[in-house]
Amino acid sequence: MAVEVARGSFARRLSAYFHRHRRVRLAALLGPPMGWMLVVYLGALVLLFLAAFWRQNPLTAEIERVWGFDNFRTLVEGSVYRTITLRTVGIAAAVTVTDILLAFPVAYYAARVATPRVRTLLLLSIVLPLWSSYLVRLYAWRVILSGNGILNWTLDKIGLSVDVSYSNWAIWLVFSYLWLPYVALPIYAALQRIPNSYLEASTDMGAGWGTTLRRVVLPLALPGVVAGSIFAFSLTLGDYIAPTLVGNTLFIGNVVYQNVGIANNIPLASAFALVPVIIMALYLLGARRMGAFEAL
Amino acid sequence: MTRRRYIESLGVRICLRIATAFVLVFLYVPLIVIVLYAFNSARAQGWPIDEYSTKWFGVAWNNGQVREAFANSIQVAIAATALALVLGSLAAFAVHRFRFFGRETISFLLVLPIALPGIVTGMALNSAINLGGQVFGLSFSLFTIIVGHATFCIVVVYNNVVARLRRTSSSLVEASMDLGANGFQTFRYVTLPSILTALVAGALLAFALSFDEIIVTNFTSGTENTLPKWIFNNLRLPNQRPQVNVVAFVVVVGSFIPVYIAQKLTEDEHARTPGKRRRGLFVRRRKEAGIPSPTVPHP
Repeated sequence: MAVEVARGSFARRLSAYFHRHRRVRLAALLGPPMGWMLVVYLGALVLLFLAAFWRQNPLTAEIERVWGFDNFRTLVEGSVYRTITLRTVGIAAAVTVTDILLAFPVAYYAARVATPRVRTLLLLSIVLPLWSSYLVRLYAWRVILSGNGILNWTLDKIGLSVDVSYSNWAIWLVFSYLWLPYVALPIYAALQRIPNSYLEASTDMGAGWGTTLRRVVLPLALPGVVAGSIFAFSLTLGDYIAPTLVGNTLFIGNVVYQNVGIANNIPLASAFALVPVIIMALYLLGARRMGAFEAL
Repeated sequence: MTRRRYIESLGVRICLRIATAFVLVFLYVPLIVIVLYAFNSARAQGWPIDEYSTKWFGVAWNNGQVREAFANSIQVAIAATALALVLGSLAAFAVHRFRFFGRETISFLLVLPIALPGIVTGMALNSAINLGGQVFGLSFSLFTIIVGHATFCIVVVYNNVVARLRRTSSSLVEASMDLGANGFQTFRYVTLPSILTALVAGALLAFALSFDEIIVTNFTSGTENTLPKWIFNNLRLPNQRPQVNVVAFVVVVGSFIPVYIAQKLTEDEHARTPGKRRRGLFVRRRKEAGIPSPTVPHP
Protein backbone atom coordinates (compact mmCIF):
# COMPACT_ATOMS: atom_id res chain seq x y z
CA MET A 1 0.00 0.00 0.00
CA ALA A 2 2.73 2.38 1.00
CA VAL A 3 4.55 1.56 -2.20
CA GLU A 4 1.38 2.16 -4.12
CA VAL A 5 1.03 5.63 -2.60
CA ALA A 6 4.65 6.46 -3.20
CA ARG A 7 4.38 5.39 -6.82
CA GLY A 8 1.16 7.28 -7.18
CA SER A 9 2.66 10.43 -5.86
CA PHE A 10 5.72 10.04 -8.06
CA ALA A 11 3.51 9.57 -11.08
CA ARG A 12 1.49 12.58 -10.00
CA ARG A 13 4.57 14.72 -9.56
CA LEU A 14 5.96 13.62 -12.91
CA SER A 15 2.64 14.25 -14.55
CA ALA A 16 2.41 17.69 -12.98
CA TYR A 17 5.95 18.43 -14.09
CA PHE A 18 5.11 17.50 -17.64
CA HIS A 19 1.95 19.51 -17.45
CA ARG A 20 3.80 22.63 -16.39
CA HIS A 21 6.67 22.22 -18.83
CA ARG A 22 5.19 22.01 -22.29
CA ARG A 23 8.54 21.99 -24.00
CA VAL A 24 9.79 19.06 -21.96
CA ARG A 25 6.61 17.20 -22.78
CA LEU A 26 7.00 17.96 -26.46
CA ALA A 27 10.65 16.92 -26.37
CA ALA A 28 9.75 13.66 -24.62
CA LEU A 29 7.15 12.88 -27.29
CA LEU A 30 9.09 14.05 -30.28
CA GLY A 31 12.60 13.04 -29.26
CA PRO A 32 12.49 9.27 -29.83
CA PRO A 33 10.79 9.21 -33.25
CA MET A 34 12.67 12.18 -34.64
CA GLY A 35 15.94 10.94 -33.17
CA TRP A 36 15.33 7.60 -34.86
CA MET A 37 14.49 9.14 -38.22
CA LEU A 38 17.41 11.56 -38.11
CA VAL A 39 20.01 9.03 -37.02
CA VAL A 40 18.86 5.93 -38.85
CA TYR A 41 17.33 7.39 -41.95
CA LEU A 42 18.57 10.87 -42.73
CA GLY A 43 22.03 9.85 -41.53
CA ALA A 44 21.93 6.94 -43.94
CA LEU A 45 20.76 9.16 -46.78
CA VAL A 46 23.59 11.62 -46.16
CA LEU A 47 26.03 8.73 -46.16
CA LEU A 48 24.65 7.52 -49.47
CA PHE A 49 25.13 10.98 -50.86
CA LEU A 50 28.72 11.16 -49.60
CA ALA A 51 29.60 7.68 -50.81
CA ALA A 52 28.67 8.73 -54.32
CA PHE A 53 31.74 10.97 -54.35
CA TRP A 54 34.16 8.29 -53.15
CA ARG A 55 35.82 5.79 -55.41
CA GLN A 56 36.73 2.17 -55.67
CA ASN A 57 40.35 1.24 -56.18
CA PRO A 58 40.29 -0.64 -59.50
CA LEU A 59 43.06 -3.04 -58.42
CA THR A 60 42.19 -3.95 -54.85
CA ALA A 61 38.42 -3.27 -55.09
CA GLU A 62 38.78 -1.44 -51.78
CA ILE A 63 36.71 1.69 -51.26
CA GLU A 64 38.85 4.79 -50.93
CA ARG A 65 37.48 7.93 -49.35
CA VAL A 66 38.91 10.19 -51.99
CA TRP A 67 36.58 12.86 -53.22
CA GLY A 68 35.80 13.25 -56.88
CA PHE A 69 33.21 13.17 -59.59
CA ASP A 70 34.58 10.01 -61.21
CA ASN A 71 31.40 8.01 -60.61
CA PHE A 72 29.22 10.63 -62.18
CA ARG A 73 31.59 10.91 -65.10
CA THR A 74 31.34 7.15 -65.59
CA LEU A 75 27.58 7.37 -65.53
CA VAL A 76 27.35 10.23 -67.98
CA GLU A 77 30.01 8.99 -70.38
CA GLY A 78 29.22 5.29 -70.29
CA SER A 79 26.69 4.64 -73.04
CA VAL A 80 25.54 1.51 -71.15
CA TYR A 81 24.41 3.59 -68.20
CA ARG A 82 22.73 6.12 -70.44
CA THR A 83 20.78 3.37 -72.20
CA ILE A 84 19.76 1.87 -68.87
CA THR A 85 18.62 5.22 -67.52
CA LEU A 86 16.62 5.96 -70.66
CA ARG A 87 15.08 2.49 -70.61
CA THR A 88 14.09 2.87 -66.96
CA VAL A 89 12.59 6.30 -67.44
CA GLY A 90 10.85 5.23 -70.66
CA ILE A 91 9.22 2.17 -69.11
CA ALA A 92 8.33 4.22 -66.03
CA ALA A 93 6.55 6.75 -68.24
CA ALA A 94 4.74 4.02 -70.20
CA VAL A 95 3.64 2.35 -66.98
CA THR A 96 2.40 5.65 -65.58
CA VAL A 97 0.28 6.38 -68.65
CA THR A 98 -1.10 2.82 -68.75
CA ASP A 99 -2.05 2.95 -65.10
CA ILE A 100 -3.82 6.28 -65.48
CA LEU A 101 -5.82 4.91 -68.41
CA LEU A 102 -6.76 1.77 -66.46
CA ALA A 103 -7.39 3.48 -63.14
CA PHE A 104 -9.46 6.42 -64.29
CA PRO A 105 -12.61 4.50 -65.33
CA VAL A 106 -12.51 2.44 -62.13
CA ALA A 107 -12.04 5.52 -59.97
CA TYR A 108 -14.80 7.30 -61.87
CA TYR A 109 -17.12 4.37 -61.46
CA ALA A 110 -16.39 4.13 -57.73
CA ALA A 111 -16.71 7.86 -57.13
CA ARG A 112 -19.74 8.75 -59.22
CA VAL A 113 -21.75 5.75 -60.34
CA ALA A 114 -21.48 2.96 -57.77
CA THR A 115 -23.89 2.68 -54.86
CA PRO A 116 -22.30 3.22 -51.44
CA ARG A 117 -22.21 -0.50 -50.74
CA VAL A 118 -20.57 -1.37 -54.04
CA ARG A 119 -18.18 1.53 -53.57
CA THR A 120 -17.02 0.18 -50.21
CA LEU A 121 -16.44 -3.26 -51.67
CA LEU A 122 -14.70 -1.86 -54.72
CA LEU A 123 -12.31 0.27 -52.71
CA LEU A 124 -11.50 -2.63 -50.44
CA SER A 125 -10.80 -4.86 -53.42
CA ILE A 126 -8.47 -2.25 -54.89
CA VAL A 127 -6.60 -1.84 -51.62
CA LEU A 128 -6.25 -5.50 -50.65
CA PRO A 129 -3.85 -6.56 -53.45
CA LEU A 130 -1.56 -3.72 -52.41
CA TRP A 131 -1.05 -5.31 -49.06
CA SER A 132 -0.61 -8.84 -50.25
CA SER A 133 3.02 -9.54 -50.85
CA TYR A 134 4.62 -7.62 -53.66
CA LEU A 135 7.11 -10.40 -54.29
CA VAL A 136 4.42 -13.06 -54.43
CA ARG A 137 2.39 -11.08 -56.96
CA LEU A 138 5.52 -10.74 -59.05
CA TYR A 139 6.14 -14.44 -58.73
CA ALA A 140 2.57 -15.10 -59.83
CA TRP A 141 3.22 -13.11 -63.01
CA ARG A 142 6.38 -15.06 -63.62
CA VAL A 143 4.30 -18.24 -63.48
CA ILE A 144 1.58 -16.76 -65.70
CA LEU A 145 3.99 -15.40 -68.32
CA SER A 146 6.35 -18.37 -68.49
CA GLY A 147 6.61 -20.38 -71.69
CA ASN A 148 4.02 -23.00 -70.73
CA GLY A 149 2.06 -20.69 -68.44
CA ILE A 150 -1.53 -19.48 -68.53
CA LEU A 151 -1.00 -16.55 -70.87
CA ASN A 152 0.62 -18.52 -73.64
CA TRP A 153 -1.93 -21.29 -73.17
CA THR A 154 -4.76 -18.76 -73.56
CA LEU A 155 -3.13 -17.04 -76.51
CA ASP A 156 -2.67 -20.43 -78.15
CA LYS A 157 -6.35 -21.24 -77.69
CA ILE A 158 -7.41 -18.09 -79.46
CA GLY A 159 -4.89 -18.69 -82.21
CA LEU A 160 -2.30 -16.05 -81.37
CA SER A 161 1.27 -17.00 -80.82
CA VAL A 162 3.17 -14.09 -79.32
CA ASP A 163 5.64 -14.93 -76.64
CA VAL A 164 5.96 -12.03 -74.22
CA SER A 165 7.91 -13.90 -71.54
CA TYR A 166 11.15 -12.28 -70.43
CA SER A 167 10.70 -9.15 -72.52
CA ASN A 168 10.24 -5.43 -71.91
CA TRP A 169 6.55 -6.01 -72.65
CA ALA A 170 6.38 -8.34 -69.69
CA ILE A 171 8.09 -5.78 -67.47
CA TRP A 172 5.69 -3.08 -68.64
CA LEU A 173 2.67 -5.30 -67.97
CA VAL A 174 3.86 -6.37 -64.53
CA PHE A 175 4.78 -2.88 -63.39
CA SER A 176 1.41 -1.60 -64.57
CA TYR A 177 -0.21 -4.35 -62.55
CA LEU A 178 1.82 -3.71 -59.42
CA TRP A 179 1.25 0.03 -59.15
CA LEU A 180 -2.32 0.25 -60.42
CA PRO A 181 -3.95 0.58 -56.97
CA TYR A 182 -1.55 3.39 -56.03
CA VAL A 183 -2.74 5.33 -59.05
CA ALA A 184 -6.42 4.51 -58.62
CA LEU A 185 -6.74 5.73 -55.02
CA PRO A 186 -5.67 9.38 -55.45
CA ILE A 187 -7.73 9.68 -58.65
CA TYR A 188 -10.71 8.33 -56.76
CA ALA A 189 -10.12 10.82 -53.94
CA ALA A 190 -9.95 13.72 -56.40
CA LEU A 191 -13.08 12.63 -58.30
CA GLN A 192 -15.00 12.12 -55.11
CA ARG A 193 -14.33 15.68 -54.05
CA ILE A 194 -15.97 17.20 -57.13
CA PRO A 195 -19.38 18.47 -56.04
CA ASN A 196 -22.27 16.95 -57.94
CA SER A 197 -23.71 20.39 -58.51
CA TYR A 198 -20.77 21.35 -60.78
CA LEU A 199 -21.57 18.46 -63.08
CA GLU A 200 -25.28 19.12 -62.98
CA ALA A 201 -24.68 22.77 -63.78
CA SER A 202 -22.56 21.75 -66.72
CA THR A 203 -25.19 19.38 -68.14
CA ASP A 204 -28.00 21.84 -67.39
CA MET A 205 -26.24 24.35 -69.56
CA GLY A 206 -26.31 21.91 -72.41
CA ALA A 207 -22.95 20.22 -72.28
CA GLY A 208 -23.01 16.51 -72.99
CA TRP A 209 -21.22 14.01 -70.80
CA GLY A 210 -18.16 14.08 -73.04
CA THR A 211 -17.84 17.83 -72.84
CA THR A 212 -18.45 17.84 -69.09
CA LEU A 213 -15.80 15.17 -68.65
CA ARG A 214 -13.28 17.10 -70.70
CA ARG A 215 -14.02 20.62 -69.47
CA VAL A 216 -15.09 20.07 -65.85
CA VAL A 217 -14.14 16.65 -64.49
CA LEU A 218 -10.67 16.24 -65.98
CA PRO A 219 -9.32 19.65 -64.91
CA LEU A 220 -10.62 19.11 -61.39
CA ALA A 221 -9.27 15.55 -61.23
CA LEU A 222 -5.88 16.49 -62.64
CA PRO A 223 -4.15 16.94 -59.25
CA GLY A 224 -5.30 13.44 -58.29
CA VAL A 225 -4.04 12.02 -61.57
CA VAL A 226 -0.67 13.69 -61.07
CA ALA A 227 -0.52 12.47 -57.47
CA GLY A 228 -1.17 8.92 -58.63
CA SER A 229 1.42 9.22 -61.35
CA ILE A 230 4.05 10.10 -58.75
CA PHE A 231 3.66 6.65 -57.21
CA ALA A 232 3.74 4.73 -60.48
CA PHE A 233 6.73 6.67 -61.74
CA SER A 234 8.76 6.61 -58.55
CA LEU A 235 8.12 2.97 -57.77
CA THR A 236 9.16 1.91 -61.28
CA LEU A 237 12.34 3.96 -61.08
CA GLY A 238 13.37 2.31 -57.82
CA ASP A 239 12.52 -1.30 -58.57
CA TYR A 240 15.06 -3.99 -59.27
CA ILE A 241 13.10 -7.16 -58.57
CA ALA A 242 10.55 -7.13 -61.38
CA PRO A 243 13.11 -6.77 -64.21
CA THR A 244 15.10 -9.73 -62.86
CA LEU A 245 12.05 -11.95 -62.45
CA VAL A 246 9.99 -11.29 -65.57
CA GLY A 247 12.40 -9.51 -67.92
CA ASN A 248 15.88 -9.86 -69.29
CA THR A 249 17.04 -6.26 -69.44
CA LEU A 250 18.77 -4.13 -66.84
CA PHE A 251 17.16 -1.24 -64.99
CA ILE A 252 18.79 1.38 -62.76
CA GLY A 253 17.90 -0.70 -59.72
CA ASN A 254 19.55 -3.82 -61.09
CA VAL A 255 22.83 -2.04 -61.69
CA VAL A 256 22.75 -0.59 -58.19
CA TYR A 257 21.97 -3.96 -56.67
CA GLN A 258 24.71 -5.73 -58.61
CA ASN A 259 27.25 -3.13 -57.62
CA VAL A 260 26.36 -3.48 -53.97
CA GLY A 261 26.34 -7.26 -53.96
CA ILE A 262 28.74 -8.74 -56.46
CA ALA A 263 31.02 -5.97 -57.66
CA ASN A 264 31.12 -4.26 -54.26
CA ASN A 265 31.52 -0.91 -55.97
CA ILE A 266 29.44 1.00 -53.46
CA PRO A 267 30.50 4.47 -54.64
CA LEU A 268 29.25 3.81 -58.18
CA ALA A 269 26.07 2.21 -56.82
CA SER A 270 25.45 5.25 -54.62
CA ALA A 271 25.97 7.61 -57.52
CA PHE A 272 23.57 5.66 -59.71
CA ALA A 273 21.02 5.42 -56.88
CA LEU A 274 21.01 9.22 -56.80
CA VAL A 275 19.80 9.33 -60.40
CA PRO A 276 16.21 8.25 -59.54
CA VAL A 277 16.30 10.67 -56.60
CA ILE A 278 17.21 13.55 -58.88
CA ILE A 279 14.61 12.55 -61.47
CA MET A 280 11.96 12.25 -58.76
CA ALA A 281 12.90 15.61 -57.27
CA LEU A 282 12.32 17.24 -60.66
CA TYR A 283 9.10 15.30 -61.10
CA LEU A 284 7.87 16.33 -57.65
CA LEU A 285 8.65 19.97 -58.32
CA GLY A 286 6.54 19.77 -61.45
CA ALA A 287 3.81 17.90 -59.61
CA ARG A 288 3.67 20.51 -56.89
CA ARG A 289 3.06 23.16 -59.48
CA MET A 290 0.05 21.21 -60.65
CA GLY A 291 -1.33 21.01 -57.13
CA ALA A 292 -0.76 17.28 -56.70
CA PHE A 293 0.10 17.52 -53.03
CA GLU A 294 -3.27 18.90 -52.08
CA ALA A 295 -4.75 15.76 -53.63
CA LEU A 296 -2.71 13.26 -51.63
CA MET B 1 -33.37 7.88 -50.26
CA THR B 2 -33.90 9.89 -53.36
CA ARG B 3 -32.85 8.41 -56.65
CA ARG B 4 -29.46 9.59 -57.86
CA ARG B 5 -29.55 11.68 -60.94
CA TYR B 6 -26.81 10.46 -63.25
CA ILE B 7 -25.22 12.76 -65.75
CA GLU B 8 -23.74 9.69 -67.42
CA SER B 9 -25.90 7.96 -69.99
CA LEU B 10 -26.74 4.31 -69.53
CA GLY B 11 -24.23 3.34 -72.21
CA VAL B 12 -21.44 5.19 -70.45
CA ARG B 13 -22.35 3.59 -67.14
CA ILE B 14 -22.25 0.14 -68.68
CA CYS B 15 -18.87 0.85 -70.26
CA LEU B 16 -17.53 2.04 -66.90
CA ARG B 17 -18.85 -1.11 -65.27
CA ILE B 18 -17.15 -3.32 -67.85
CA ALA B 19 -13.87 -1.44 -67.45
CA THR B 20 -14.10 -1.80 -63.68
CA ALA B 21 -14.80 -5.52 -63.93
CA PHE B 22 -11.84 -5.91 -66.29
CA VAL B 23 -9.50 -4.15 -63.87
CA LEU B 24 -10.73 -6.23 -60.94
CA VAL B 25 -10.08 -9.43 -62.90
CA PHE B 26 -6.64 -8.10 -63.79
CA LEU B 27 -5.94 -7.37 -60.11
CA TYR B 28 -7.05 -10.73 -58.81
CA VAL B 29 -5.96 -13.26 -61.44
CA PRO B 30 -2.37 -13.45 -60.09
CA LEU B 31 -3.60 -14.01 -56.56
CA ILE B 32 -5.92 -16.78 -57.71
CA VAL B 33 -3.04 -18.30 -59.64
CA ILE B 34 -0.94 -18.40 -56.46
CA VAL B 35 -3.71 -20.16 -54.58
CA LEU B 36 -4.19 -22.73 -57.36
CA TYR B 37 -0.51 -23.48 -57.82
CA ALA B 38 0.04 -24.04 -54.11
CA PHE B 39 -2.12 -27.15 -54.54
CA ASN B 40 -0.47 -28.27 -57.77
CA SER B 41 0.73 -31.82 -57.30
CA ALA B 42 3.18 -31.82 -60.22
CA ARG B 43 6.69 -30.40 -60.06
CA ALA B 44 6.30 -28.68 -63.41
CA GLN B 45 4.61 -25.27 -63.55
CA GLY B 46 2.58 -25.80 -66.71
CA TRP B 47 -1.01 -24.76 -67.25
CA PRO B 48 -3.58 -26.30 -66.93
CA ILE B 49 -2.93 -27.99 -63.62
CA ASP B 50 -3.60 -31.72 -63.94
CA GLU B 51 -3.93 -32.81 -60.36
CA TYR B 52 -4.44 -30.99 -57.07
CA SER B 53 -2.99 -32.11 -53.78
CA THR B 54 -1.78 -30.72 -50.47
CA LYS B 55 1.38 -32.82 -50.38
CA TRP B 56 3.79 -29.91 -50.86
CA PHE B 57 2.53 -28.21 -47.71
CA GLY B 58 4.02 -31.07 -45.70
CA VAL B 59 7.27 -30.94 -47.64
CA ALA B 60 7.62 -27.20 -47.11
CA TRP B 61 6.76 -27.52 -43.44
CA ASN B 62 9.57 -30.05 -42.98
CA ASN B 63 12.10 -27.91 -44.83
CA GLY B 64 14.52 -26.54 -42.24
CA GLN B 65 15.40 -23.47 -44.30
CA VAL B 66 11.77 -22.53 -44.75
CA ARG B 67 11.11 -22.94 -41.06
CA GLU B 68 14.06 -20.80 -40.13
CA ALA B 69 13.05 -18.13 -42.63
CA PHE B 70 9.50 -18.24 -41.30
CA ALA B 71 10.67 -17.86 -37.70
CA ASN B 72 12.92 -14.96 -38.73
CA SER B 73 10.11 -13.23 -40.61
CA ILE B 74 7.80 -13.47 -37.62
CA GLN B 75 10.45 -12.20 -35.20
CA VAL B 76 11.40 -9.32 -37.45
CA ALA B 77 7.78 -8.36 -38.07
CA ILE B 78 6.92 -8.41 -34.36
CA ALA B 79 9.98 -6.42 -33.32
CA ALA B 80 9.62 -3.88 -36.12
CA THR B 81 5.92 -3.50 -35.34
CA ALA B 82 6.63 -2.93 -31.64
CA LEU B 83 9.21 -0.25 -32.43
CA ALA B 84 6.96 1.38 -35.00
CA LEU B 85 4.05 1.37 -32.54
CA VAL B 86 6.01 3.27 -29.90
CA LEU B 87 7.73 5.72 -32.25
CA GLY B 88 4.71 6.25 -34.49
CA SER B 89 2.30 6.99 -31.67
CA LEU B 90 4.76 9.31 -29.91
CA ALA B 91 5.09 11.31 -33.13
CA ALA B 92 1.32 11.29 -33.59
CA PHE B 93 0.74 12.66 -30.08
CA ALA B 94 3.35 15.35 -30.56
CA VAL B 95 1.82 16.49 -33.84
CA HIS B 96 -1.71 16.34 -32.51
CA ARG B 97 -1.18 18.08 -29.18
CA PHE B 98 1.32 20.76 -30.03
CA ARG B 99 1.85 23.53 -32.50
CA PHE B 100 5.54 23.95 -33.09
CA PHE B 101 8.04 25.05 -35.65
CA GLY B 102 8.60 22.40 -38.31
CA ARG B 103 5.44 20.50 -37.47
CA GLU B 104 4.51 20.10 -41.12
CA THR B 105 7.83 18.53 -42.00
CA ILE B 106 7.34 15.67 -39.54
CA SER B 107 4.90 13.69 -41.62
CA PHE B 108 7.06 14.45 -44.64
CA LEU B 109 10.11 13.01 -42.90
CA LEU B 110 8.18 9.95 -41.73
CA VAL B 111 6.79 9.21 -45.18
CA LEU B 112 10.16 9.64 -46.87
CA PRO B 113 11.32 6.01 -46.49
CA ILE B 114 8.30 4.80 -48.43
CA ALA B 115 8.08 7.75 -50.82
CA LEU B 116 11.64 7.53 -52.09
CA PRO B 117 12.39 4.71 -54.52
CA GLY B 118 12.92 1.51 -52.54
CA ILE B 119 16.40 1.03 -53.88
CA VAL B 120 17.44 4.38 -52.38
CA THR B 121 16.21 3.49 -48.90
CA GLY B 122 17.88 0.09 -49.20
CA MET B 123 21.14 1.48 -50.50
CA ALA B 124 21.23 4.20 -47.83
CA LEU B 125 20.68 1.75 -44.99
CA ASN B 126 23.23 -0.58 -46.54
CA SER B 127 25.95 2.06 -46.51
CA ALA B 128 24.99 3.06 -42.96
CA ILE B 129 25.32 -0.54 -41.78
CA ASN B 130 28.68 -0.87 -43.53
CA LEU B 131 29.90 2.27 -41.80
CA GLY B 132 28.49 1.03 -38.49
CA GLY B 133 30.46 -2.16 -39.06
CA GLN B 134 33.71 -0.24 -39.42
CA VAL B 135 33.03 2.13 -36.54
CA PHE B 136 31.49 -0.07 -33.86
CA GLY B 137 31.34 -3.59 -35.21
CA LEU B 138 27.74 -3.59 -36.43
CA SER B 139 27.05 -6.61 -38.60
CA PHE B 140 24.22 -7.63 -40.91
CA SER B 141 21.77 -9.55 -38.75
CA LEU B 142 18.14 -9.77 -37.77
CA PHE B 143 18.74 -6.58 -35.83
CA THR B 144 19.62 -4.60 -38.95
CA ILE B 145 16.58 -5.99 -40.76
CA ILE B 146 14.40 -4.88 -37.85
CA VAL B 147 15.88 -1.38 -37.86
CA GLY B 148 15.19 -1.05 -41.58
CA HIS B 149 11.63 -2.34 -41.33
CA ALA B 150 10.79 -0.21 -38.31
CA THR B 151 11.92 2.87 -40.23
CA PHE B 152 9.31 2.49 -42.93
CA CYS B 153 6.62 1.07 -40.63
CA ILE B 154 6.54 4.15 -38.37
CA VAL B 155 4.50 6.14 -40.88
CA VAL B 156 1.78 3.47 -41.00
CA VAL B 157 1.18 3.62 -37.25
CA TYR B 158 1.54 7.40 -37.27
CA ASN B 159 -1.11 7.86 -39.97
CA ASN B 160 -3.59 5.64 -38.20
CA VAL B 161 -3.12 7.19 -34.76
CA VAL B 162 -3.12 10.78 -36.01
CA ALA B 163 -6.34 10.15 -37.93
CA ARG B 164 -7.97 8.74 -34.81
CA LEU B 165 -6.75 11.50 -32.52
CA ARG B 166 -8.26 14.08 -34.85
CA ARG B 167 -11.62 12.41 -34.52
CA THR B 168 -11.66 12.04 -30.73
CA SER B 169 -12.80 15.17 -28.98
CA SER B 170 -10.49 16.76 -26.48
CA SER B 171 -13.31 17.42 -24.01
CA LEU B 172 -13.00 13.87 -22.65
CA VAL B 173 -9.37 14.46 -21.77
CA GLU B 174 -10.23 17.81 -20.20
CA ALA B 175 -13.03 16.25 -18.18
CA SER B 176 -10.68 13.58 -16.92
CA MET B 177 -8.12 16.17 -15.85
CA ASP B 178 -10.83 18.30 -14.21
CA LEU B 179 -11.93 15.28 -12.20
CA GLY B 180 -8.44 14.97 -10.77
CA ALA B 181 -6.80 12.29 -12.88
CA ASN B 182 -3.14 12.86 -13.59
CA GLY B 183 -1.65 12.67 -17.04
CA PHE B 184 -0.82 8.98 -16.85
CA GLN B 185 -4.24 8.02 -15.54
CA THR B 186 -5.90 10.07 -18.24
CA PHE B 187 -3.78 8.33 -20.81
CA ARG B 188 -4.50 4.90 -19.37
CA TYR B 189 -8.26 5.28 -18.90
CA VAL B 190 -9.34 7.85 -21.48
CA THR B 191 -6.90 8.29 -24.35
CA LEU B 192 -5.74 4.71 -24.73
CA PRO B 193 -9.21 3.15 -24.99
CA SER B 194 -10.22 5.68 -27.61
CA ILE B 195 -7.20 5.06 -29.83
CA LEU B 196 -6.92 1.34 -29.18
CA THR B 197 -8.44 0.10 -32.43
CA ALA B 198 -6.31 2.57 -34.39
CA LEU B 199 -3.23 1.21 -32.65
CA VAL B 200 -4.26 -2.36 -33.42
CA ALA B 201 -4.97 -1.48 -37.05
CA GLY B 202 -1.65 0.34 -37.38
CA ALA B 203 0.17 -2.60 -35.82
CA LEU B 204 -1.50 -5.10 -38.15
CA LEU B 205 -0.64 -3.04 -41.21
CA ALA B 206 2.94 -2.58 -40.05
CA PHE B 207 3.18 -6.32 -39.45
CA ALA B 208 1.88 -7.07 -42.94
CA LEU B 209 4.26 -4.53 -44.46
CA SER B 210 7.26 -6.00 -42.69
CA PHE B 211 6.26 -9.64 -43.20
CA ASP B 212 6.53 -9.50 -46.97
CA GLU B 213 9.13 -6.78 -47.55
CA ILE B 214 11.93 -7.70 -49.93
CA ILE B 215 13.42 -4.60 -51.60
CA VAL B 216 14.95 -3.06 -48.49
CA THR B 217 15.47 -6.42 -46.77
CA ASN B 218 17.86 -7.55 -49.49
CA PHE B 219 20.11 -4.65 -48.59
CA THR B 220 19.95 -4.96 -44.80
CA SER B 221 19.92 -8.70 -44.17
CA GLY B 222 23.35 -10.02 -45.16
CA THR B 223 23.04 -13.80 -45.01
CA GLU B 224 19.95 -13.92 -42.81
CA ASN B 225 16.86 -15.32 -44.47
CA THR B 226 13.27 -14.14 -44.32
CA LEU B 227 10.36 -15.78 -46.09
CA PRO B 228 10.30 -13.32 -49.01
CA LYS B 229 14.07 -13.62 -49.30
CA TRP B 230 13.82 -17.39 -49.35
CA ILE B 231 11.26 -17.15 -52.14
CA PHE B 232 13.47 -14.70 -54.02
CA ASN B 233 16.51 -16.97 -53.77
CA ASN B 234 14.70 -20.20 -54.61
CA LEU B 235 12.17 -19.33 -57.26
CA ARG B 236 14.63 -19.92 -60.08
CA LEU B 237 15.43 -23.44 -58.93
CA PRO B 238 13.08 -25.87 -60.72
CA ASN B 239 13.31 -28.40 -57.90
CA GLN B 240 12.14 -25.93 -55.28
CA ARG B 241 9.16 -24.57 -57.22
CA PRO B 242 6.43 -26.57 -55.51
CA GLN B 243 7.69 -25.40 -52.13
CA VAL B 244 8.01 -21.84 -53.37
CA ASN B 245 4.36 -22.03 -54.41
CA VAL B 246 3.35 -23.14 -50.93
CA VAL B 247 5.42 -20.46 -49.20
CA ALA B 248 4.02 -17.82 -51.57
CA PHE B 249 0.52 -18.94 -50.64
CA VAL B 250 1.37 -18.69 -46.94
CA VAL B 251 2.83 -15.20 -47.38
CA VAL B 252 -0.30 -14.03 -49.22
CA VAL B 253 -2.59 -15.37 -46.52
CA GLY B 254 -0.26 -14.07 -43.81
CA SER B 255 -0.57 -10.51 -45.07
CA PHE B 256 -4.19 -10.68 -46.24
CA ILE B 257 -5.70 -11.57 -42.89
CA PRO B 258 -4.14 -8.79 -40.79
CA VAL B 259 -4.90 -6.20 -43.47
CA TYR B 260 -8.49 -7.32 -43.75
CA ILE B 261 -8.95 -7.05 -39.97
CA ALA B 262 -7.24 -3.66 -39.95
CA GLN B 263 -9.57 -2.37 -42.66
CA LYS B 264 -12.57 -3.55 -40.67
CA LEU B 265 -11.28 -1.84 -37.53
CA THR B 266 -10.86 1.55 -39.17
CA GLU B 267 -13.66 1.31 -41.66
CA ASP B 268 -15.18 4.68 -40.87
CA GLU B 269 -11.96 6.60 -40.89
CA HIS B 270 -10.24 8.71 -43.38
CA ALA B 271 -6.75 7.61 -42.50
CA ARG B 272 -4.88 9.52 -45.17
CA THR B 273 -4.18 13.19 -45.89
CA PRO B 274 -2.35 14.18 -42.75
CA GLY B 275 -2.16 17.90 -42.13
CA LYS B 276 -5.67 18.89 -43.19
CA ARG B 277 -8.03 20.30 -40.65
CA ARG B 278 -11.31 21.03 -42.40
CA ARG B 279 -12.42 17.48 -42.56
CA GLY B 280 -15.37 17.19 -40.16
CA LEU B 281 -18.01 17.18 -42.84
CA PHE B 282 -16.04 14.79 -44.97
CA VAL B 283 -15.62 12.22 -42.26
CA ARG B 284 -19.29 12.31 -41.45
CA ARG B 285 -20.25 11.96 -45.06
CA ARG B 286 -17.85 9.11 -45.58
CA LYS B 287 -19.15 7.48 -42.45
CA GLU B 288 -22.72 7.68 -43.61
CA ALA B 289 -21.75 6.28 -46.95
CA GLY B 290 -19.81 3.51 -45.25
CA ILE B 291 -16.65 4.23 -47.18
CA PRO B 292 -13.53 2.59 -45.82
CA SER B 293 -10.32 4.48 -45.59
CA PRO B 294 -7.71 3.13 -47.87
CA THR B 295 -4.31 3.27 -46.25
CA VAL B 296 -1.55 2.86 -48.75
CA PRO B 297 1.53 0.77 -48.15
CA HIS B 298 4.80 0.54 -49.92
CA PRO B 299 5.64 -2.71 -51.63
